Amino acid sequence: MLQYDVVVVGGGNAALCAAIEAAEAGARVVILESAPEHMRGGNSRHTRNFRCMHHGPLSVLTDTYGEDEYYDDLLRVTKGQTDPTLARLAIRDSEACLPWMERHGVIFQGSLSGTLSLDRTNAFFLGGGKALVNAYYACAEDLGVTIRYNAEVLHVDLSDGRFHSVTLADGEQIAGRAVVLASGGFQADLDWLTRAWGPGAENFLIRGTPYNRGVVLRDVLDQGAQSVGDPTQCHCVAIDGRAPKFDGGIVTRLDCVPYALVVNRDGDRFYDEGEDVWPKRYAIWGRLVAAQPDQIAYAITDQKAQGLFMPPVFAPVKAETLGGLAQALGLSGDALEKTVARYNAACQDGSFTPGVLDGLATNGLEPPKTNWARPLDTPPYYGYMLRPGVTFTYLGLKVSERAQVQGAHGPLPNVWAAGEVMAGSILGQGYLAGFGMTIGTVFGRIAGQEAASHAG
Amino acid sequence: MLDNTPNLQDEAARQFQICNSCRYCEGYCDVFPQLFALPEMTAASATHLANLCHNCRGCYYACQYSPPHEFDLNLPAVLAELRQDTWERHARPQALARVFHSHGVAVAAALIAGFALLFFLMATLRPESGEGFYAYLAHNAMVAIFAPAFLLPLAGLAYSLRSYWREIGGGRITWASLRHMGSSVARMKNLSGGADQGCNFEQGARYSNARRYAHQATLWGFLMCFAATSVATLMHYGLGWEAPYPFWSPPKLLGVPGGILLCLGTGALAWLKLRADPELGAARVWGGEMAFVLLLFTVSATGLALYAATGTGAVPALLAIHLGAVFAFFVLTPYTKMVHGFYRTAALLARR
Repeated sequence: MLQYDVVVVGGGNAALCAAIEAAEAGARVVILESAPEHMRGGNSRHTRNFRCMHHGPLSVLTDTYGEDEYYDDLLRVTKGQTDPTLARLAIRDSEACLPWMERHGVIFQGSLSGTLSLDRTNAFFLGGGKALVNAYYACAEDLGVTIRYNAEVLHVDLSDGRFHSVTLADGEQIAGRAVVLASGGFQADLDWLTRAWGPGAENFLIRGTPYNRGVVLRDVLDQGAQSVGDPTQCHCVAIDGRAPKFDGGIVTRLDCVPYALVVNRDGDRFYDEGEDVWPKRYAIWGRLVAAQPDQIAYAITDQKAQGLFMPPVFAPVKAETLGGLAQALGLSGDALEKTVARYNAACQDGSFTPGVLDGLATNGLEPPKTNWARPLDTPPYYGYMLRPGVTFTYLGLKVSERAQVQGAHGPLPNVWAAGEVMAGSILGQGYLAGFGMTIGTVFGRIAGQEAASHAG
Repeated sequence: MLDNTPNLQDEAARQFQICNSCRYCEGYCDVFPQLFALPEMTAASATHLANLCHNCRGCYYACQYSPPHEFDLNLPAVLAELRQDTWERHARPQALARVFHSHGVAVAAALIAGFALLFFLMATLRPESGEGFYAYLAHNAMVAIFAPAFLLPLAGLAYSLRSYWREIGGGRITWASLRHMGSSVARMKNLSGGADQGCNFEQGARYSNARRYAHQATLWGFLMCFAATSVATLMHYGLGWEAPYPFWSPPKLLGVPGGILLCLGTGALAWLKLRADPELGAARVWGGEMAFVLLLFTVSATGLALYAATGTGAVPALLAIHLGAVFAFFVLTPYTKMVHGFYRTAALLARR
């Protein structure tokens, strides 16, 4: 049996940060990535930025983003469902992580066009997350880390309350003095999603890697590891209904909602489309659509809204009349026309300003549209189909401040976890852009240091 | 491939649409900011962006949608094909461009024809007297051969570039656009990867500046050799100072280091090309591209060899070989990879 100091299960950002830290501490490290080489990196290959606390300008980040403001932003999206100690640890450590990332090959760029609101809080990776993943793999290779692709771990041997070895899909066993579990959530296991959500989950699209099936998570939980989080909670956004079932990534997002009217299968509105600017609302719309019949919704705009949002990857359905649009979308024309008529009648005079809360709200409509409410009256009309798109699930492993996994009878002495597999500790619900990479980097580094120190 | 222009345009437009919804690659080069600023994609815009692309390949290795993903993005390849199509479409006659761009063997045949022509001329036109190289081929004979071999292809290239400029709607050239172009070319900014980390070529997903530096050596070496010839022409006609020139003279001081740079640069480019993935370029013209690099290498290497052989019996043969290579290089200019420099300069100048 092959024997390493540190076995890292997973091949995304958290796994790579752990492997690099452990290797730099002198440990013999193996990365077990279940995907083939061209799909390596888990969901990290779809990411684009890192949310980072900083005092004064740091690399590409402007101004200051302090601990309390960062923490308040997190409380707002999670509605308090977070572990304050772990959350503040992730936030505080993020500042030292950014220079560490640069030293290990990550290159940052200024905030991308269309995302100017993030230039103070989020550092963007030049080329996106796959470029970051490439840089870390190159770094790990240079440090002598053994990298195994197509190495799906089916079982983690935790007999006697400590880690001994892992078993791969082909039966091979690999032993280690310590293990770092960084194998992601379970969102690509549609059966598990269906058990958690009900049959509606079959209509969910999975935005990221098809390799995060939660096999290791399930296996470790079955052996008594403590879990955190609610299996129905996840990072879930509204995306184009025509997106691929898996791996559609960033381009399947639809940014039109604030300038649209959104109706369900029955042609009824169900939520305030103009509640806030889109970067602060995109992450709640997945759950909103998931709660609608058939887990589907349609965003309707008219000619006036064209050019106000990022171009979608799939061309919208287009028609000269609302009835024609309804027919093309498979909706009832009467229902859509009635909804639009009611909405148009509730629109008020005022000035429309895209991108900022302009207060142009409907009057006497339920639910209201509280900003950017202009009548839908200028053909052609456009329709965009929305489906829930799951990024990652939040049910995960309970960890300590040192990223140590908690067993039924206290901490497991040589088992650490990082990344999406433990993010539920901090993200009880909701999502903060770029925070997944922060959790992965901070806890990946801690897990790697701790595992190497234990093995050494 | 020329018959497939509309398909190529459609494929480029399909890929651009995905890029435009993603934008992760915005910082790599000039192509992406210009793409994202377009109100809509047109055939002219696609042609322009294709010629602006320097094939640094950063966007391919960073792409979450590169094959085998079902979106199947390979922007470097489709833009290389589209560039190739531009060069062949605007060349006159197009048939020559099609042959020499794609077939290294044709370039080699032209080179051998160049050698043969010069050996023949030197055998039949051996002058009565003359100094240096002019002892083997008279100055007037050289001018009679090389002036048309240089000027006619250049005129053809000028015609092609004008036609390209009209297609993309390049606009008026301003000082600002000249400055932008000059600084981009001088630093080879579009091979810098956006943060001076270089591009992706011979080491796959790892960045490297090797190709950028090799290209700079080639470009500057070529320009120095060209300057050496130009200065010598001025000295000959303007000052009545005829070749051969001593080492401490402008033609030699430009030509010798220029030749060394060109030799090293093209040698390195050929070596790197062997290590890069041909599927990220216009794979069908790999042979023509490689032959062109080797032709430039031959021009510089034989030039240096000729200088080294001064005063020996090898001079006549080396002179025929060097002049034959130069002749082939001149004549093939509008029909080989040599055009990329002109089109790319135009793309960097275009204000659309």
